[in-house]
Amino acid sequence: MSEEEDVFRIVIDPKDHRDLPRTVITDCPSDLMNKTGSWRTLRPIVDKDKCIKCGICWKFCPDVSIHVKEEGAEVDYDFCKGCGICAKECPVDAIEMKKEEDYV
Amino acid sequence: MSEMKIVSGNYAAAYGSKLSRAEVVAAYPITPQTEVVEKIAQLVAEGEMDAEFIKVESEHSAMAASIAASNAGARAFTATSAHGLALMHELLMWASGARLPVVMTNINRAMGPPWSVWADHHDTLAQKGTGQLQFFCENNQEVLDSVIMAYKICEDEEIMLPAMIVEDAFILSHTKEPVEIYDQELVDDFLPSYDPDYKLDVDQPLGFGSLGMPDWYMDFRYKIFEAMEKVPEKVEEVNQEFKEVFGRDPGGLIEEYKTDGVDVLIVTMGSISSTSKDVIDELREEGHNIGLARLRTFRPFPVEKFRELIKGVNVVGVLDRNYTFGHGGDAAREIKDAIYGHHEPIVKDYIVGLGGRDLTPKILKNIMEDAIALQDKGLDKEIEWVDLKVNQKRWRR
Repeated sequence: MSEEEDVFRIVIDPKDHRDLPRTVITDCPSDLMNKTGSWRTLRPIVDKDKCIKCGICWKFCPDVSIHVKEEGAEVDYDFCKGCGICAKECPVDAIEMKKEEDYV
Repeated sequence: MSEMKIVSGNYAAAYGSKLSRAEVVAAYPITPQTEVVEKIAQLVAEGEMDAEFIKVESEHSAMAASIAASNAGARAFTATSAHGLALMHELLMWASGARLPVVMTNINRAMGPPWSVWADHHDTLAQKGTGQLQFFCENNQEVLDSVIMAYKICEDEEIMLPAMIVEDAFILSHTKEPVEIYDQELVDDFLPSYDPDYKLDVDQPLGFGSLGMPDWYMDFRYKIFEAMEKVPEKVEEVNQEFKEVFGRDPGGLIEEYKTDGVDVLIVTMGSISSTSKDVIDELREEGHNIGLARLRTFRPFPVEKFRELIKGVNVVGVLDRNYTFGHGGDAAREIKDAIYGHHEPIVKDYIVGLGGRDLTPKILKNIMEDAIALQDKGLDKEIEWVDLKVNQKRWRR
């Protein structure tokens, strides 16, 4: 699926303005299709041995992109923009921000 | 049965929204618009009007709530004035960008400072680029008529844009005139209920107002341009239909008063038009070939209609009850823009009546005689500030 179709799925494959609805209207939930994780330049890496599963990172994440599971905090890299708030707030320094370019 | 009532311009707007069966009204009071809100609140409270009345904390919220209601498929109405309208600015553009036919009335009031509550068109004209259709009313009946017509125009699937019905502070808003309150059934036949193809619906969720990347944003703007280009024809069409159903002609894009083959054309907007027409009659009796064009639809600007109107005219005298900072008044500037490259008469811009300064028949006659004189002497100055303290003797003589 092309990027355009992601944004305007209500019309499949618009060629020009004549195919568009009168204003921007998207299928719901449109945000799930717009993977903002691609904007990231820094990647949070969780050290699960250090993680105490307190949930502070989950509470502070502005993009709802970190979830605390059985084995510790887990980052949703499809949507994490790499702001680093989780790493800053972690009381046991279990999250480290690393260069994204080392992972792609 | 239709009924004649003696009502203010504010009440006329309120009754207009009631007859249009507005379903959601979100508004915040501001002088001189307060009565519109009070009257609607009363009509809703007494069960005469079937609408949700939302008390909001600001004009910004009033338009935001109206937008949300319209997005959910409800016919939405609001009202404001001057500084309240300025506070709405962001949402005025949201309404047009989201293609929502919210109709509002704005009571034209001067912007401060100096603090003022009196008539002046600056507030409305400062919003001319927001995608709102703008209709300037001459009397209270036209306020009521225009609210009903605006919904019909704006909800057309080819248009889908918001509109402002504007009336002059106090001169219309607080002055009572006989206004025909039409039979509800007649209005219902003229204005069917609002049923947009896309709307907020929990059973069929859609996302509204999301991101438009650079490769698509411009194409959405072009769609608004296309809609705007269709408005003039739609205004005339709805005006004609209104005339047939209600027996009254609000004037369409431009109301022409004795304009056939005139040498001098006076252009007015809003309530000063009535007094000006009397003065036109007087001057015609004195043998002057002069007529008046009342600019009723300012947005979109009736470019084609103006080009037709000025054919054969020597002088166009534009009465601008506004000074939109920068050059002169807005109407004169738009007229020059419209006629550029076509027949080009002398256009003189008269800045008049700012902040509610009175415009007497005597002043208006002096302005028109000044315009007539330009035929022989040519344009003396492009922008004339009329009835300043420094030149009052000349204009009041």
